[in-house]
Amino acid sequence: MFWNLPLFAVVALTVVGLATIVLKKNLIKVFLGITILESAVNLFLISLGYREGGIAPIYTNAPATAMVLPTPQALTLTSIVIGVATSALLLSFAIIIWKRYGSIDIDKIRRLKE
Amino acid sequence: MIPAFIVENSPALMIIVPLVAAFITPFIGRISHGIRSLWVGGAMATTSAVTLLLAFDVYNAGTRLYVFGASAASMALPPDSGGIPIRIIFEVDPMSALMLVITAVSGFAIVLYSLASEKSHSGLESYYTLYLLMITGILGMVSTGDIFNFFVFLEILSLASAGLIAYRIDGGVAVEAALKYFVLSTIGALAILVAIGIYYGEYNALNMAMIATRMQFSLLDQVALVLIIAALAMKCGAVPMHFWTPDAYSMAPSSITALLVVASQASLYGLFRTVFTLYNVTLNAFTVGWLIIILGILSMVVGVTMAIPQKNVKRLMAYHAVSQTGYMLLGVGVGLAVLGNQSLMDAFGYMAMEGGIFHIINHAMYKGLLFLTAGAIFLRIGTYNLNKMGGLGHSMKWTMIFFIIGALAIAGIPPFNGFASKLMIYESVFVFNPIIAIIAMVVSILTLASFVKVFHSIFMGPKLPEYAEVKEAPMPMLVGMGILALVVILFGLFPNIVVESLIAPAAHALVDQGAYIGAVLGGA
Repeated sequence: MFWNLPLFAVVALTVVGLATIVLKKNLIKVFLGITILESAVNLFLISLGYREGGIAPIYTNAPATAMVLPTPQALTLTSIVIGVATSALLLSFAIIIWKRYGSIDIDKIRRLKE
Repeated sequence: MIPAFIVENSPALMIIVPLVAAFITPFIGRISHGIRSLWVGGAMATTSAVTLLLAFDVYNAGTRLYVFGASAASMALPPDSGGIPIRIIFEVDPMSALMLVITAVSGFAIVLYSLASEKSHSGLESYYTLYLLMITGILGMVSTGDIFNFFVFLEILSLASAGLIAYRIDGGVAVEAALKYFVLSTIGALAILVAIGIYYGEYNALNMAMIATRMQFSLLDQVALVLIIAALAMKCGAVPMHFWTPDAYSMAPSSITALLVVASQASLYGLFRTVFTLYNVTLNAFTVGWLIIILGILSMVVGVTMAIPQKNVKRLMAYHAVSQTGYMLLGVGVGLAVLGNQSLMDAFGYMAMEGGIFHIINHAMYKGLLFLTAGAIFLRIGTYNLNKMGGLGHSMKWTMIFFIIGALAIAGIPPFNGFASKLMIYESVFVFNPIIAIIAMVVSILTLASFVKVFHSIFMGPKLPEYAEVKEAPMPMLVGMGILALVVILFGLFPNIVVESLIAPAAHALVDQGAYIGAVLGGA
């Protein structure tokens, strides 16, 4: 049961993230939802590679105990970097929208339809 | 003639050249505009040359494996790894090679076009940087053999595309379109990442060939398949996840829209690669095949019906792009539905897939051409509104000819390439299910009707007084459009040669999962 705890956290974060994206009207809060969703995915990847009592996967002078898997950590690191780029681009969009529309309420960002 | 190490390392070079060139472009741009144009043109020409070289080599010598960080392709399985491919591998089979050809040709034609069409705009450093990054993303997506690497290139492509869609801020409206595209594609990419995590957790591998050999099609795999299909169908603009397409396509600069078409098809490639290479016969081919067929039919019908009432010429073309994507999904979906049944495959399955895959390359050419003509018209008259256009046939003769070529090709009129691929789809789908074939034909007729209307309102009629001063589009733009138009005509005139030499190997490579696995893991 305790093993699955990170996965429950993943599900909870996913729900919170998706709910924020769908329900919130403020653009910045929508972006926060996306970031929460990203964290959920990162936690999922990390928890895949976790071994109970494992040490960092460095082979030099390593004791003969279990190691955690290095690949998911590499994936997560890449995913975090991509997440930073994503957030930066999204926030720069928000800046332009704020300057041009004077609002970041998604109900008011509707000029495309007209 | 060509040094062996270039041929040998072409998979790495085709990524390195645009990637490095992209980040040097801003510095070159500080020197002068002329040198920057030369630099970007040269970088893209080099990329296209290397890419075509690789594609040519793949068609002649078979699937190419490139192992990063190893001295030779035979090091795909390091001797001390216990038979697990741990390095990042590029695996270019004929299907990937076909996508490489599309990207190389369109990428080069569009860069020529951009040199003239974007000349008067500011911020061109970032434009070309992002352009080359988009090329990097597409080339990487279609050639990688590592599923996490696929995700990374997908994100490079999304980031660059979103930046370029918003490039002409246009009072914030373009940014709004880019925002829509980017939020959706970020969520889609996260879904793909979850699927990748599931594969890794289950099979302890990220290499596509390795996952494919271990594929069990358990409940988790079904979840992963649904996540990937949903995300990639959204990214290629299939109904019911097409909402971003008209907005993004119509607000991006026309040159970028033409490249976005190629980008969407890279996502389509990812979808087909997942279904055919990762899963192949382990999945319930009939159900998933029908799922893709239904997505295809919906896209065809909804796309074309939404296109007809549009007033903005690029929005109209964007809805037609959705509709044409439906044909590709339909063709390949029919092939998938009968996968594993050799007699049905031979009877019509392969032909349907060849039709669908042939339509991918045809669509990239004629739709790119149409978007480029729309951009040429916009450059001269400054509006996309069909009601404000008219009589341009008098002054923009070449643009008109290119538009006619593109419009007849998309409507499936012989002797243009759209006819060749659509005929293959009709014939094979008719054997599979006559009703679907009839729907496909009706959609084609509606497409023709829509483009006749567009043609009439843009080019026909008397010369309007407000457009008396309009000139023909500048030379580099015409050359860019000319390249695509030439391909459209050549493919239409010699479909048999194209199908035999380019398309059939691609379709067979897609179906033959064993060969894909064998190239990495040996044996099979």
